[in-house]
Amino acid sequence: MAAVDTIAAGEPGAAGTAHGRARPRSGRRDGFTPWRWLILILAGAYFLIPLYAALRFAGWGSFGSVIHQSGFAGSLGLSVRLAVITTVITLALMLPTAVYVHLRLPRLRRLLEGITILPIVIPPIVLIVGLLQVAPGFLKSTPYLLALEYVVLAMPFAYRSIDAGLRSFDLKTLVEASNSLGAGWASTLRRVVLPNLTTALLSATVLTVALVLGEYTMASLDLYQTFPVWIVVFDQTSGPISVAASLLALFVTWLVLLAITMLGGRHARRTGGGEVALFSVARRDTGRTS
Amino acid sequence: MDELVSAGAPEFFSDSGAPGGPGAAVAAARGLRRMAGVVPFGVYMALGLGAPLVAVAIGAFQSPNGGFTLGNVRIATHGEYLHGFAQSIELSVVAAVVPGILGLLIAYSIWTAKRGSILRQVAITASGVFANFGGVPLAFLFIATLGSSGLATRWLNDLGFNPYQHGFSLYSLSGVVVVYMYFQIPLMVLVILPALEGLRPAWREAAANMGARTWQYWRHVGGPVLMPSFLGCVLLLFGSSLSAYATAQAMTSGTIALTPIQIGTFLNGNVVAGQQNVGKALGLGMVIIIAIAMGIYVVLQRRSARWLQ
Repeated sequence: MAAVDTIAAGEPGAAGTAHGRARPRSGRRDGFTPWRWLILILAGAYFLIPLYAALRFAGWGSFGSVIHQSGFAGSLGLSVRLAVITTVITLALMLPTAVYVHLRLPRLRRLLEGITILPIVIPPIVLIVGLLQVAPGFLKSTPYLLALEYVVLAMPFAYRSIDAGLRSFDLKTLVEASNSLGAGWASTLRRVVLPNLTTALLSATVLTVALVLGEYTMASLDLYQTFPVWIVVFDQTSGPISVAASLLALFVTWLVLLAITMLGGRHARRTGGGEVALFSVARRDTGRTS
Repeated sequence: MDELVSAGAPEFFSDSGAPGGPGAAVAAARGLRRMAGVVPFGVYMALGLGAPLVAVAIGAFQSPNGGFTLGNVRIATHGEYLHGFAQSIELSVVAAVVPGILGLLIAYSIWTAKRGSILRQVAITASGVFANFGGVPLAFLFIATLGSSGLATRWLNDLGFNPYQHGFSLYSLSGVVVVYMYFQIPLMVLVILPALEGLRPAWREAAANMGARTWQYWRHVGGPVLMPSFLGCVLLLFGSSLSAYATAQAMTSGTIALTPIQIGTFLNGNVVAGQQNVGKALGLGMVIIIAIAMGIYVVLQRRSARWLQ
């Protein structure tokens, strides 16, 4: 059953080569064995039961009344503004850097990967303590200081998505071809690099937006009422509505992310590019790699 | 081999040593000019990441009137704060290793599902969303599930097993670990998937052709290849659970001493006079713990690199 699935799936690239057909993901050794089902079912239970319990607690009625609550529009508006600013700065900073490093400084790639991991392991609470100490006064008095710092937090996700995207096609050859045909740098970036990075950039965007819409630590300690902070404050007024609001945010982000990866996957199959899945990128050509 | 390792998740220290020998000066000049492309990124990280850390490190040794003192550090390493560090580390180790192993198993199950399948895409996107979930909403999910009158608690009770009569509490360290797993496992799935892509199907075939059983393949091929990435990812999870503030605050509300919460109280202004900078000393302590964890990671990674040879 699983073996039939694997062959019938006709993975792009894999189907063409002898390597591909002999992939060891066949039923006998590696297919959907019982233990795999067990793991997935247990994981499903662990992740879905709490959602179900919260849904039952909130009740369907709460979802309708979320948007009418005081402070909802204001806090969501602030969070969306922060998300837009953060995303624009993150992409404007990370895209050129990642492309440049891939083309000119491939040896720096590991170092960059290491640096962009730091914001995940360094506690945000330490960052905000230091930030409030060093930030100039005119920035401290606006919530947009948060957006500037969220860029640092979003860096790991954005960099990894873009890096995965850049690895999914032969950037160097395409750029050289474009340049030898007389295209300038701007034209090459816009007409050659960007179209190949659509999925990666969308992933980076959604991960960044998800991060900003969910960030609580820094916003609450900087004393601005972003959406997650509002949810907590409002929780003291009405528990069910606050839970409904956070579930709503969770589902919407998930749906957007799902839509993007599905569109991206279809695009990749049509163009023969690699499938970009947030952090990783599937190889196009399984034969070449071994 | 190089591709394999870089396909893995975190690589903290690269060995891109500077070139030496004849013409090194010319090469260095050219190298400097080529570095120009990464200057904006470097400057941004220096200001957004470097400067706050330096400020914390300096503040840790400053008395309220600006003079040098070791008093903050002395307070931060004694009594309730020392206890906070101990519990934070204990919690983070458990909340890194357990989700690390479970996340690896789940990631492997997802990875072997066929490319582009619904299961795979739902699981991967869900990981992206859940990895950023936390705080009061997450705490609430679990209070509704495993709280003393939660849904799952009642189910278990109907089955004749009440976890609260067997020493479990959602508000104890073990309960907090269960909650942390909700964002730690997805994070693990996200960061370990690229490493799994590094496992070549051909190796599995080669091992099978030579008569290796599944466990032999994992013992001698798959395991050693994955080990460096796995360790890196577990370190990342350690950092992630050490820094969790919102969830910890919502779950424990002071019942368990944890360092991030203690730092938060300094920012909220609940400070004994003369101790304003103790929070910074605690922050410095957290950074040092992360640095030590990274050091351990490097040592372990070297050792596993030796297995690989």
